[in-house]
Amino acid sequence: MKVSTQWLSQYVSLDQVTPEELAERITRSGIEIDSVEYRNQGITNVVVGYVKSKEKHPDADKLNVCVIDAGQGEDLQIVCGAKNIDAGQKVPVALVGAKLPGGMDIKKAKLRGVLSQGMICSAKELGINDKLLPKDQQEGILVLPEHTEIGTPIVELLGLDDAVLDFDLTPNRSDCLSMLGAAYEVGAILGRDVQLPELNFVEAGDAAADHISVNIEATEQCSHFSARYISGITVGASPLWLQNRLIAAGIRPISNIVDITNFVMLEYGQPLHAYDADKLNQGAIEVRMAREGEVLNTLDDQERKLDDRMLLITSGGQPVGLAGVMGGADTEVTASTVNILLESAKFDGGTIRKTSRRLGLRSEASQRFEKEVDPSAIVPALNRAAELIVRYGHGLIHEGIVEEVVQVAEEKTLQLSLSKLNRYLGTELSLLEIKTIFSRLQFPYGDVAQDLLEVRVPTRRGDIVRDVDLIEEVARLYGYDNIPTTSIEGTTTPGALTKSQRLRRTVRHLLTHGGYQEAITYSFTHPAKNDLFPQLRGEQQQVALAMPMSEDRSVLRSTLIPQLLETASFNRNRKQENLALFEIGSAFFSSEQELTRQPTEVPLLGLLLTGRRQQAQWNTGNERVDFFDLKGALESLLQYLGLQSLITYKADQPQGFHPGRSASVYLQVGSQQQWIGVIGQIHPDIQRESDLEDTYVAEIQLAPLYEEADEKIVYSELPRYPSVQRDIAVVIKEEVAAGELLASIRLTAKELLETVQVFDVYTGDRVGEGKKSVAIAIVYRHAEHTLTDEEVTAVHDQVLTVLSEQFGAELRK
Amino acid sequence: MSEIVQMQEHLLALKSEALEVLEKVATPKELADLRVKYSGKKGALTEVLRGMGKLSAEERPVVGQVANEVREAIEEVINRKQEEFVRAETNERLAAEKIDVTLPGRGLPQGGIHPINKVIEQMEDIFLGMGYSVAEGPQAESDYYNFEALNLPKNHPARDMQDSFYLTDELLMRTHTSPVQIRAMEAAKGKAPLKVICPGAVYRRDDDDATHSFQFFQIEGLVIDKGIRMSDLKGTLLQFAREMFGESTEIRLRPSFFPFTEPSVEVDVTFVKKNGERIWIEVLGCGMVHPKVLEMGGFDPEVYSGFAFGIGVERIAILKYGIDDIRHFYSNDMRFLKQFSRI
Repeated sequence: MKVSTQWLSQYVSLDQVTPEELAERITRSGIEIDSVEYRNQGITNVVVGYVKSKEKHPDADKLNVCVIDAGQGEDLQIVCGAKNIDAGQKVPVALVGAKLPGGMDIKKAKLRGVLSQGMICSAKELGINDKLLPKDQQEGILVLPEHTEIGTPIVELLGLDDAVLDFDLTPNRSDCLSMLGAAYEVGAILGRDVQLPELNFVEAGDAAADHISVNIEATEQCSHFSARYISGITVGASPLWLQNRLIAAGIRPISNIVDITNFVMLEYGQPLHAYDADKLNQGAIEVRMAREGEVLNTLDDQERKLDDRMLLITSGGQPVGLAGVMGGADTEVTASTVNILLESAKFDGGTIRKTSRRLGLRSEASQRFEKEVDPSAIVPALNRAAELIVRYGHGLIHEGIVEEVVQVAEEKTLQLSLSKLNRYLGTELSLLEIKTIFSRLQFPYGDVAQDLLEVRVPTRRGDIVRDVDLIEEVARLYGYDNIPTTSIEGTTTPGALTKSQRLRRTVRHLLTHGGYQEAITYSFTHPAKNDLFPQLRGEQQQVALAMPMSEDRSVLRSTLIPQLLETASFNRNRKQENLALFEIGSAFFSSEQELTRQPTEVPLLGLLLTGRRQQAQWNTGNERVDFFDLKGALESLLQYLGLQSLITYKADQPQGFHPGRSASVYLQVGSQQQWIGVIGQIHPDIQRESDLEDTYVAEIQLAPLYEEADEKIVYSELPRYPSVQRDIAVVIKEEVAAGELLASIRLTAKELLETVQVFDVYTGDRVGEGKKSVAIAIVYRHAEHTLTDEEVTAVHDQVLTVLSEQFGAELRK
Repeated sequence: MSEIVQMQEHLLALKSEALEVLEKVATPKELADLRVKYSGKKGALTEVLRGMGKLSAEERPVVGQVANEVREAIEEVINRKQEEFVRAETNERLAAEKIDVTLPGRGLPQGGIHPINKVIEQMEDIFLGMGYSVAEGPQAESDYYNFEALNLPKNHPARDMQDSFYLTDELLMRTHTSPVQIRAMEAAKGKAPLKVICPGAVYRRDDDDATHSFQFFQIEGLVIDKGIRMSDLKGTLLQFAREMFGESTEIRLRPSFFPFTEPSVEVDVTFVKKNGERIWIEVLGCGMVHPKVLEMGGFDPEVYSGFAFGIGVERIAILKYGIDDIRHFYSNDMRFLKQFSRI
């Protein structure tokens, strides 16, 4: 809401307060002032001049030489290039020595040999937004009304000596969508009285009810409809002062009737509408819900298709206006209009909001109705507009208001306890201080009991419904800065993270210290991205946004991997090629085709590794990362969480992965092997599409890790007896997994086994085609005594036998 | 010449010969050989002493003393020479092992925490220290928790303030972390004091630009107890601001509007620009929990009161690190992220 301080000062004194000070005080009291804009952008010495004569310039086709009386004693000769200049006009004249916005200085000049003693100005040259001017004034020089007095400073004439405050209103303060509301607010802040406009109008002619009628059918959506009948008006331009007010508020003047309805809307916050009464069906107005498919041509010449949730004004059943949003074109006031029906009503905010949204049509009126207008302003605004119409457009106000009132506006009365207020704010305000604040707000009050105040809330403040709302009014006018700063009293609470929150940090920090960089990517993605790795969401469905902003961000991610790949490509394109990334984030999916319940959110750890192990340097190797670098990182993490012995990797071929270099990861939970994710190389096709070299990724569910993580460390005695190490190399078929060998050794050697480790894997001529040699170091130890050679040999031979029987392993000599 | 004289002369001759040879010795190997030659078990000195048997009991100590003097003299030289060789060898090695200490070392692998999480962890730690616990909730929320339970019924004009990504008519991506407040209140089952913060991602329909992102992070805070005052909110936020931005930070409260708080407040903190100028910057919204919200969360507003605040994490990070574009947080450009891989 743009609030002209010049206009505002008609209702509340702004003496001794600069616009900047006012803006700061309003902001600090609750309504943010976005800007203070001076309408005079640097004009001096521009006055009203009279064009006495206009002659063609002797040497230039497009220029005219004008003789101007600008009240300077002598006539001035000014060369002007505007097409619309003509003798007999009143125009703004920048005298020699004048300044114009943008720093232009006006000097005496010769234009093509002819002396020019000043300049005739267009609106734009005066710094006025020409979009806000009536259409016929937008081009060429600004032509002023005929009766304008010669020599009047233009700044004064156009009301440019004004600062406009831009009120950035929160949805609760729709009361300040009006000059009077703003005046009450400023009055409360400054502690000054508010002067309401005086109404002086005379009803004449016969009863309005003989000409018009009002019938509300949709009583839920329209609680009050008042109308007046005014006959014999003359449609024309509105007075300059009124046009100035509208322009300052950012509204384009159109005609006296329309301008006055807009002016009163700005003044009272009550939107009004004028119908050409002769175009209505016998002056009848009905308010009802639209029917599905009904059509209305609105004032902006658009054909609007309506539905049964929209509120409609009809006349004799025919649509004549979209209630609270925009009038109809057929009943519009035009230059030939003589009799009008003036509407002032209260329409339901929710209905207007929905209608305006559905049609994508917001107007000054709908903005106000949406937030509920003040029911007490309906009649005063109607009368004020009627009075102005008669004053500036002639005509007669017929006797009486024709109206239907479904619900009468009632003032709320609230009780406020002084001790509650002080307890709530942490203040020590006295009853007198509080009463003073309500007086400034013009909220009537009375004492009910000691400590208890009864406050009447004016209907314009529909946002105040409870005692805490009154407490806020007191607090903001007392000043938030004046509220003390205290510490919470009462029982103290210990602050602590939950196990999963703690472990999430552990995972994050461990990976960070292992060289991995954390990323955070968007939760929204393209459905095709999710479909690169469909197995990662199992049998579940993707979750789509109802109204995405783009296809690329139209579904919730069901895996982290595609975005980690995007991150890798993005960085590769910026010469960052050695990447170790991780993300801890949620994936979303649903078991339902049609979503009715909240989707499942699965916390995941995504890992990505590509490029070289280290940034090449003088003393480091230059090896490329491989599967086992990533697996090692995951193993270290699981080891740290105490889970290593519960994890199994099984070769797997999930879609999107390299079929020979990928594994599913299982966690033993109780006696179950629970699938918790995958690790592997990205399929070469996807690598190519993503413009990536060999890239390894893993995606692991975090919830089971947090759940099963073993945080209990139990000390075990240091070994007192020596261990015995036996190294073996066995030749097996290439497809036998080393993990199976190790598992089998563990199972066979049982408690005598201390550690078992693969220290070499060899394939080649020496072991024959389709075979590989696996070298394993086995360490045996007994906790109670030194192992004898016989004991070791017995268990070791058993191991070899089992390996031979299970895997056909031959001992390599 | 008597035997004794002969032996004494022999010993002295051996001494002068040995000392002369030893002085000229050039390598550790030669020295080792000479040690064997003169003072070894089969060396020249032992050879001489073997003739002691021919001497009388009176003569033996006399010759013995001479022999000891000769042995000591020889061994002293041998030891001295030995030391010289060791020292020379060490010096040679030290000279050969010289390196260019200005060449860079091999680093430990070092990744980094994303700046958003870095700030979240720091903020969590501040509030953990103040006795808060951390609560979390779903990102895909029901309309009830995201709006209705926060005093934003359907068609409330304030819903315009945060246009949302709906999944269905009843489900949407949460537009703030405030729904976790309601969930935390429900979980508390009316038991106070309740002190939680709720960090997490939120989503709003915004076109991305330098200051807007459709996805961003918030930390919501909620305190409910008997006798919680607006002045406590002020004290809490001042403590937070000082721990986050430094001891000299000041805060300023401005009245505002949120449907779920009354009174509602916007908070500015002092911020020192690069040129030293101290300005006020808006960092968070907060207020006293609206009685309706308390009610819907299962707390009697006539008995309990509380405050809540919502902090934009990116906003804090932007201020703290002087970042110029919110989109950097989600581009995951290594050249950006690496800047935060340190204390």
